[in-house]
Formats: sequence, C-alpha cells, structure tokens
Amino acid sequence: MMKYMLLRHREIPNLNQIDVFLKEDGFEGFKKALKMDTNAVTDEVKAAGLRGRGGAGFPTGVKWSFMDKNNWPHYVVANADESEPGTFKDREIMESNPFQFLEGVAIASYAVGANVAYIYLRGEFWEVAHFLDEKIDEMEKAGFLGENIQGTDYSLKIYTHLGAGAYICGEETALLESIEGKRGQPRVRPPFPPSQGLYNKPTVVNNVETLSSVPYIIANGADRYREFGGTEKSPGTKIFSLSGRVKNPGNYELPLGSTFRELIFGEEYGGGIIDDKKIKAIMPAGASSSLIVADDKALDTPLTYEDVREVGGDLGSASVIVIDETVEMDWLITKTLSFFAHESCGKCTPCREGTYWMKAISERIHAGEATKADLELLHDVAKQVQGKTLCALGEFSTMAVVTSIERFPEDFEAKVYE
Amino acid sequence: MSLAEKYPQEVEKILAKYPPEHKKSAVMPLLYLAMREEGYITKADKADIAKLLDMTTTEVSSIVGFYTLFHDEKAGKYRLQVCTDIGCALRGAEQYLAELSDELGIKPGETTPDGLVTLEEVKCLAACDKAPMFQVQSGEGIQYHEKMTVGATLELIETLRKEAK
Repeated sequence: MMKYMLLRHREIPNLNQIDVFLKEDGFEGFKKALKMDTNAVTDEVKAAGLRGRGGAGFPTGVKWSFMDKNNWPHYVVANADESEPGTFKDREIMESNPFQFLEGVAIASYAVGANVAYIYLRGEFWEVAHFLDEKIDEMEKAGFLGENIQGTDYSLKIYTHLGAGAYICGEETALLESIEGKRGQPRVRPPFPPSQGLYNKPTVVNNVETLSSVPYIIANGADRYREFGGTEKSPGTKIFSLSGRVKNPGNYELPLGSTFRELIFGEEYGGGIIDDKKIKAIMPAGASSSLIVADDKALDTPLTYEDVREVGGDLGSASVIVIDETVEMDWLITKTLSFFAHESCGKCTPCREGTYWMKAISERIHAGEATKADLELLHDVAKQVQGKTLCALGEFSTMAVVTSIERFPEDFEAKVYE
Repeated sequence: MSLAEKYPQEVEKILAKYPPEHKKSAVMPLLYLAMREEGYITKADKADIAKLLDMTTTEVSSIVGFYTLFHDEKAGKYRLQVCTDIGCALRGAEQYLAELSDELGIKPGETTPDGLVTLEEVKCLAACDKAPMFQVQSGEGIQYHEKMTVGATLELIETLRKEAK
C-alpha cells in the first residue's frame, strides 16, 4: 500500500528527475486523459470529490465545469503564491515532486481546453520558479508539452510568472490582476474567473496541491482515489503544514479524517509540544484561523472540511499552528494583525482602516496601556469589519481577534485596567 | 542603455510568454531584470519599461510601490530579510533577529557601513517549520537560508563580503 499520494518523493528518491518520474508511472494520467473526451476528464475529477486545497475547499471538477464554452481562449492558472502564515506545502511539492504537479496542470488544461497555462509563484520562490522552468523544458523535450502532444492535435505551453511580495495575490482575482501587469487588488465578483478571468477570458485557478492530486485520479479512477483515504465528503489525502510549538514541525500527508491529536502528538508526526508543555490552542488555517480551544473534544475532531467547523474553526489550507501555554493571546493577535495590516491591499475601506486600527489597539493592549473599554472597542471594530470587505483578507484579519477575545478572555483582562 | 539593448534575448523571451495584445503582463519580469545590475530600479528604467509596454511611467511606478520585492532606492548589495511572522516568532525568530542586529551593530532597516548588507524584518516566507530563517535578496535573485543561528549567519555574511571584493 502506498503511503503517499502527494509527497511521493519521500518514498522514491530523485523523483524530481524526469527519467525516475517516468519509471514511476509518470504522465500515465495525462496520457490516459488525452485519449478521453474532455468532459469525461472533468467528470472523473468531480466523481473523486476532490476539493480545492488552497483554503476554500470548493469542488475542483465543479469549478472546471463552470468554464464558459462560448468564450475562447481558455486559461489555466496554478496558484503557487503560498503566502498564508503557517503554510509551506506547495513549495515542497514543486521542489521535490514537480512533474506530478506539472502533469496535473496539463490534465486540467486539457480538460478545459486551454492551450496556455501560467504558474503564479510568490516572488520569494525565485529559485523554485527557475527550477520549474527547467522541468517544463524537460517535459517539452520528452513530448508532454508543446505542439501535438503524444501525436494528438492538442498543444499546450506552461509558463511561470513570479509575483513580488504580496499576500493578497493568493486571492484568485488579485492574482489574475497581477499577471495582467496591474497592482494585485481583488476584483468585484461576480463574474467569477470561469466566466471572466485572465484577460477577461474563462480561467480555472487551482492550488498546487489540488492540481498535484489530479494525476492519480485520472490514472486510477475516482473510486481508487476515494479508497486511498478520507471521508465521503472530504475524500483523499491532504498535506498538513504543522508549525508553532511542536517538537517536529513539518509537512505531513494524512488522509482527511485523521485527528488533531494524531497530527500534533503522533510520534511519526508532530511528536507533542516543546518541553512537554500544555497545549492551549490550535490555529488550523494559519494566521487566518479562528483560535480553537485545544480541549479533548477538539483534539479528537476529524480533520475534514465539515468537522473542523463543529469546533469553531475552518480547515482552510490545513496550516496547523500549535499554540501552547507559554503563549499569550494578546501578543498573538499583535502578530496576526501586524501581518494583515501590512498585507491589506488598500482597495476597500473596512479592511484598510480596520486592520490598521485593530493593530494599533492590540499593540496598546499588549503594552499594558489600554483600558477595558479599548478591549471592547477592538472586539467591536473586528465585528464591524466582518461581512463588509471585498475579499476574504479583511474577514480573515478578524478571525483570531474575535475568537481569542471570546475564548481566552483572561489573557486580555490581565492586561487592561478599568 | 535600455533593457532591450542590454538584455535583448531575455526581453524577447519574457515578452513571448504573454499574448502580444497583453504585453503589459511583462511588467513584473522586466522590473526584476531592471534590478539585476544595481539591485534597484532607476527612474530611467521605469520610463524605459513604460515605453516598451505602452504604459505610463506612473503605472510602472505604482507596480513598484505595491510589491515589496521591487525597490527603487539603493540599499546594501544584499538585503537580508528575516521572517519574524507568527510561525517563526513561535520558534525564536524575534530573539534571533535581536541578537543578529546586536552583532551587526545595525537595526532592521539599516545597512552595514561597508554597504554590504541591509537588515530587514519581513512577513511570512512560507518556511515556518525551519525557523529561524531569512532570504537574501540581491539583483541576481533570492535565496533561502533556513534553520539558521546567529553564528552561521555571520559566517554567511563573511562569505558574501569576500565574494563582493
């Protein structure tokens, strides 16, 4: 039984070399797809129940089927912006298992009839982008990209595009603006990218991990994919980026439906808390998370898109940041707010002003210079930002604020005076 | 000299990535190219890129201003950008930066007197499991340095200093 579907390089050395990849059934999914009707490829991904691994968890095949067939050309864009604090999975895939990812890009492109695909990487992934450029050349030389691929009439070019340091470009419409040579600011939606995306043409935007899951689905079928792990509504495996106060931080690929306890305390995985301190809270989706109180109920919660909601969080991109008893929440939110205030693109007022003022108040609280009324004000500002911003960034900036004040009031009350 | 004169093949390769009617898409790769030699973008570069892509210089400037990895002011040859965001901070990055800053005798935002290194504090670099970490940005690109200590960082700076001579 294979242990990994995504982090296969951990079992197969040199998988980032094309000859090794080919020996390990590389491009079998793409070859099979090229013989299938394009709709059948999309239907297989739909049947597999694959959900977007970038954070939103939207069904991938359904997204592909939304592409407007009366408006051409079509584009595929791989979102490799990976900027959520706590997330570091896509980089490992691209560095160590790049062909599986590129094969996923190729299959997606074939399925939606795109002849050009772009990979948008955050600017910091400079070396990864240059590495991928080499891998794309190798793939083209091996006859899996370019004109008339594998003797068919299908042609595809893949290009990398480097961002330049902006978290907001992970938001799909901001990402498209950025490729178009503009400031990376989100668009008003609708229209969504499958109707009007890059250059106003129908576009599928998928995360690196999502695309890397596709070759297995096409090569082996939706049923086999579901058998590999996961639950009915959240099938498959997922890479969990584990960081914070754990002994063994890193990427771990687990079937969806494993528990926080296995991930954080399992000997093979997180190995428990540094210095065996007591776990206090979990941020399951990076800096954008609600803070989940790490009680037994939460620790035994299955890691699925549905179940994590039951304990007041979101699985998101599964970037699990572990907080222990040594960390105070008033400090923690100064960090998350400093991030969001810096990364707010400035387009909509509630986010631009809200993050700025929340940051200012949180720093006052942390410095012990605030009153109880300031704490109420902070909570109030956060609540007023919610539901009023153009994209999810503004909403995300409030999650840790609201939930830490509500669920860990003692940390704040100790810092403010009457 | 314009970018097209200085790097004809690379400019052509960059432009070929995008549909001819959307050549504005090339603005980001061309800005990286403009930074190659001196590590920052000059006023002349902006005008040059604007002309090449049928944009206004103001539009190009707005791109430079929006993205943190584009610089239009001279700094040290190497920008040493330390992540102190939440993931790294939970694993000692703030203390690491404070100690490094003491050793170098400069605060974040400042440059060593020989003009070699500008120390900067930056947001998440997607390496939270390998803190403390930083990236080194120069005109030639960006490299990650992970699981760092202050000692290893000072050694790296010495190597860069020798190479720069």
